[in-house]
Amino acid sequence: MPKTVIERIIQSHTQDEVAAGKIVWMDLDIRSARDFGGPNVVKSFEREYGDDAVQDKAKTFFTFDLCVPACSLKYADNQQVCREFARKQGIRVFDVDQGIGSHVLIEEGLALAGTTVVGTDSHLNILGAVDCFGQGMGDVDITFAFKTGKTWFEVPETLRVDIQGKFSSAATAKDLTLYILKRLGTERAALKAVEFYGKAVKDLSLAGRITLCSMVTEMAGIIGFIPEAPSHAEYADSVSIDVTGLTPQIAAPSSPENVFEVSALKGTKIDSGFIGSCTNGRTEDLAAAARILEGKKVKKGIMLKVVPATRRVYQEILDQGIMEILFSSGAIISNPGCGGCAEGHIGLTGIGEVQISTGNRNFAGKQGKGQTYLAGPEVVAASCVAGQILSPEDL
Amino acid sequence: MTESAVSGKIWIVTDKNGHLIENIDTDQIYHNAYLHITEKEKMGEYAFGNLEGWRDFPEKSSPGDILVVGRNFGAGSSRQQAVDCFSSLKIGAILSPSFGAIYFRNAVNSGFPVLRCSAIHQLVEEGKLETGDEIQVFFVSGKAMVINKNGSFHVLPMSDVQREIYAAGGLYNYGKIWNPV
Repeated sequence: MPKTVIERIIQSHTQDEVAAGKIVWMDLDIRSARDFGGPNVVKSFEREYGDDAVQDKAKTFFTFDLCVPACSLKYADNQQVCREFARKQGIRVFDVDQGIGSHVLIEEGLALAGTTVVGTDSHLNILGAVDCFGQGMGDVDITFAFKTGKTWFEVPETLRVDIQGKFSSAATAKDLTLYILKRLGTERAALKAVEFYGKAVKDLSLAGRITLCSMVTEMAGIIGFIPEAPSHAEYADSVSIDVTGLTPQIAAPSSPENVFEVSALKGTKIDSGFIGSCTNGRTEDLAAAARILEGKKVKKGIMLKVVPATRRVYQEILDQGIMEILFSSGAIISNPGCGGCAEGHIGLTGIGEVQISTGNRNFAGKQGKGQTYLAGPEVVAASCVAGQILSPEDL
Repeated sequence: MTESAVSGKIWIVTDKNGHLIENIDTDQIYHNAYLHITEKEKMGEYAFGNLEGWRDFPEKSSPGDILVVGRNFGAGSSRQQAVDCFSSLKIGAILSPSFGAIYFRNAVNSGFPVLRCSAIHQLVEEGKLETGDEIQVFFVSGKAMVINKNGSFHVLPMSDVQREIYAAGGLYNYGKIWNPV
């Protein structure tokens, strides 16, 4: 029987016969740990396995992206714990200058189509954007993966999502993603792999694919793929979503599937904006924001924080003049990293603060005690110029 | 494959109307106020500490007891303590129609028997499974016996993977005996 994408990838990494619902041992091409989770992996590894070598140092990596460079003593210690272990074991570290681990793995050609990658990042399934099996796991699992190069995995069922229609240029990959999230909620894709079909998704650039696949986590799914063409595999469920006439979308506090048309929330006052994260931190995302901000100023009293996903993106925005436009508009531009998705980098909110962000989560308390709205880079940029939530076309 | 089994007295985790409680999340199992506790022995006393009607579970349970619970057990956070609090009380196994994905992974990794049984609601409604019954569950065949009622039912057999990790006493130990081909 033809297999789904996830079944095909897993089958090429296991001796066991793969079928949805079956638990198999699979080989891992890459295993990684971040500055979050990484120190626990090191401590558990040394406690359980002493001075044993990791199974394959060339396939094992640390990626620091959460608190970079360390701005707390705890993180400074934790990163050093990982560095010293890495030195001893001969493991490569993508250190505090490199940016978001999942993106670095794509840029470095380590996360490739058909390969398997695990790490301590709940958005590692972003790698589905390049047809790679990526999965975030806890430190017990990653310690074991360092030691053996394997993991066990329950082969998930697959949900087929057909995107019908063509959306206008006013809408972006983030609007499409938020709209799909609104339609699927957190139940339909729960514990499933998702395959997206249709011209609207097939036409997405790598950055757009990353945006869509990153938020499969918020749909409670295992991973999302955008295959070339549907197979005759057996899907557990299927759904069709029409995106004709799609307008800019925004998720209101405090859950990512609480999605509205931006026009419905027009006029909501904001205090700050954030552009970045593993969902919207590519050059293309920052360029889209720059197109809105060119020749304009961020409204007085509003903070606009910009965090490139990686050092390569940082280089590109310098080379392409995007940095200059962002800077001249009044934006604050930091070094690459995860940004305000968790305490450790810029993008946090204070009590009463209203932030509009290109991130992927707006759960209460996630980025601080303020309230977070989620939207695409153009909407965030336009809203920061206006000082209120606004569609770019209304600027 | 060697068969192994667990047997013990069961607790059916029901509400005050006698219905199985669904979606018991990790904060009801082990509240986040106690996440700072790192010694497994001390976790048992907080098991079900935030679950209405079940706060006295740590006092009333005995080592070897088996839990029978509603669907989506262990939804929510990734905390390992929500599994460890039951191993701390020496609970023998948990039977549920379904588990939260991370909870299931955490339980398997710590060598704690979690078994899926789609018939639980029916068995409980029909009185074929009641709190206090003595059951024995076989991991490989999936056969389960209600000893005091001379009854039987089936659970989903443990996968080879789950049984191997269980036999090793958890994923860390499994890593020690791991013998790459």
